[in-house]
Amino acid sequence: MYRYDEFDHTFMAERVAQFARQVARRMSGEMTEEQFRPLRLMNGLYLQLHAYMLRVNVPYGSLSSAQLRGLAEIARKYDRNYGHFTTRQNIQYNWIKLDEMPALLGDLAKIEMHGIQSSGNCIRNTTSDQYAGASADEIEDPRVYCEIIRQWSTLHPEFSYLPRKFKIAVTGAPKDRAAVALHDIGLRLYHNAEGKAGFEVLVGGGQGRTPVIAKTIRKWLEPEDMLSYLEAILRVYNLWGRRDNKYKARIKILVNATGIDEFRNQVDSEWDKIKDTKLQLDAQEIERIRAYFASPAYETLPDYSAELIAHGEQNTAFKEWLKSNTAAHKITGYLIVNLSLKSPKQPPGDITSEQMLATADLADHYNFGELRVNHRQNLTFTDVRQIDVYELWQKLAALDLATPNIGKVSDIIACPGLDYCALANARSIPIAERIQQRFEDIDRLHDVGELSLNISGCMNACGHHHVGNIGILGVEKKGQEYYQFTLGGSSTEDAALGDRTGPGFSTDEVVNAVDRILNTYIEQRDDIEETFLETYRRVGMAPFKEALYGAN
Amino acid sequence: MALIKDGVEAKDSFVNACHLDTLPASGDIIVSLDQWNDHRDALLARDAQLGVTLKSDQHPDSIADDLQHFALVALEFPAFTDGRAYSYARILRDQYSFAKELRAVGDVLLEQLLYMNRVGINAFDIVGDNDLEQWKVAAADYTVWYQPTNDGRTSIRDLRRG
Ligand code: HEM
Ligand code: SF4
Repeated sequence: MYRYDEFDHTFMAERVAQFARQVARRMSGEMTEEQFRPLRLMNGLYLQLHAYMLRVNVPYGSLSSAQLRGLAEIARKYDRNYGHFTTRQNIQYNWIKLDEMPALLGDLAKIEMHGIQSSGNCIRNTTSDQYAGASADEIEDPRVYCEIIRQWSTLHPEFSYLPRKFKIAVTGAPKDRAAVALHDIGLRLYHNAEGKAGFEVLVGGGQGRTPVIAKTIRKWLEPEDMLSYLEAILRVYNLWGRRDNKYKARIKILVNATGIDEFRNQVDSEWDKIKDTKLQLDAQEIERIRAYFASPAYETLPDYSAELIAHGEQNTAFKEWLKSNTAAHKITGYLIVNLSLKSPKQPPGDITSEQMLATADLADHYNFGELRVNHRQNLTFTDVRQIDVYELWQKLAALDLATPNIGKVSDIIACPGLDYCALANARSIPIAERIQQRFEDIDRLHDVGELSLNISGCMNACGHHHVGNIGILGVEKKGQEYYQFTLGGSSTEDAALGDRTGPGFSTDEVVNAVDRILNTYIEQRDDIEETFLETYRRVGMAPFKEALYGAN
Repeated sequence: MALIKDGVEAKDSFVNACHLDTLPASGDIIVSLDQWNDHRDALLARDAQLGVTLKSDQHPDSIADDLQHFALVALEFPAFTDGRAYSYARILRDQYSFAKELRAVGDVLLEQLLYMNRVGINAFDIVGDNDLEQWKVAAADYTVWYQPTNDGRTSIRDLRRG
């Protein structure tokens, strides 16, 4: 993985010193809260319902065990002993005190981490495929380009006061695990007819109150042109994006208003002028960064999957877990293992300091000292020897990190909602908990199979409800919390927005409504192989509507 | 009110005439884009330096053919959050090769000095008097930069190559 060199370290030290001075000016009253606000936001510090919330970037979801230990230590020292992994592969702390921030940022810098640009109208943390470098279907490692983008976008002088926030995602595999079509810019690496890697560039996707699937602006972009092309898009957006209404300020609105063809012309005309500048990457620079992401020292191992299956015959719990929580590796004898942060005992994405410390030890022992945060708020070990998998499972189970539900209905994405968030209309976490409790029965869970259920506490859509196979949106009606359902959303390579079912349900009715939707799916599916999404796309809304609202 | 130019406090020879009904007969002045368009000949006939202000919704394309007449271009930041003029500055410097003074006016915060510097703005109209020392400190906040721009600073990528 990437390691800071002397220049990155100098930069971080200067940033910490700068913020310490800004906090001092705020604490002494030299600066008002209004003046301080943009400065703290630039460092990821939000003021929430009960306390300050700090968002720390995990660049493209990649963490070392030492960093995870550092994050655990921060949770213990400055928060209430836990952290929350988000859908943007970051970690949030919910109970931060302002006067401790400079020390906290200093501790973060020691583990090469920070909250810069995790908030504000700037280029946010670039996200990627949690299986990068390891998955069997990968074409090229997207982290190389994520890191180049990370450096280019950090305190970008021209693009730090954009009309609105800006999110970039990169995938290097045909199976899209990074939801690139739902980002301001999505980059999709693929091989052209000559076998050279390059990008398809998507622009103008996003969620929030106006969800839009991104459009293709370029079918082919040479990797060497990546930064100049990104800079051209950002400049057109910075110049012409709306600034009069923050709900219409995202690039998706500009692209839709301009039309993709005209927008493409504007970008090309800007690009022509900056293509041959220092922004141009060369093979040397790309290879220099690629070296940081060299594969770990894989051993030559036999395929051990038959033995794992045999283990499973002895132990159903292991069998279910193996089926849902692991994925194929590009190297024989290895497996990708997902750690579920969706136990019914904890809010989705939450993790205690103790769990973090133990996970760091496991990463050292079984996974070359690294791990990933993924956009479904779980953790991933990308390089586990198959021969170790049974033992690892036992240890994860003891830590409550082995709920066998990855990609299943109880693997819920939920935003913080009314329990923490100042913008919320309704609670998300308690709804998630109730659904998880209802579907604790493993047989039912696996019978329902592949399914994403996403919950947001308001129309800002932090919980990705638009693109859940089942989406739940919290709304407020006459002082009561209500939940509206959408069906058929998807965030992968076949990205789609869900369709509204009809009127919402009260807090007491939500779980039954989910139950009815799932029963309808089971009645309607051709066979157990047909997923919820496939069935929905085949039969449409009608049977689900009938199950939810009766036949009229 | 003070002017910082190229890192030091400077005397401002310009009078801001954007809001005056009649233009002063002599002395250096800064006019609005409308004034420039309406009184072009009269302004060119004056025997003094001329500057023009671009509001945040006035793209530099509108003065592209006239740049040789201006000793300075002032870029207005109506609110610190309005970042359009950062792009204007780069377009003026990089695409139109404008080499004279680029001045930031309006809601210009201490914390933005370095960003502005890096896109080619070399003069700042600052409000408040206790600021000057802090502006000097802020100017030294960073010594390394990831992005290549045209401000003469070496980017980290080039430093790495030695
Ligand atoms: C509790 C504090 C939070 C606040 C105040 C907040 C606020 C917002 C707002 C206002 C938007 C809408 C932006 C727009 O449409 O332009 C948004 C979108 C979003 N937020 Fe949050 N959020 C919070 C927490 C989170 C968390 C915890 C996550 C991750 C789990 C998250 C992930 C996202 C995502 C993925 C989007 C939509 C994607 C897009 O930008 O189109 N947010 N948030
Ligand atoms: S979706 Fe709404 S309630 Fe949930 S975190 Fe985002 S802003 Fe808050």
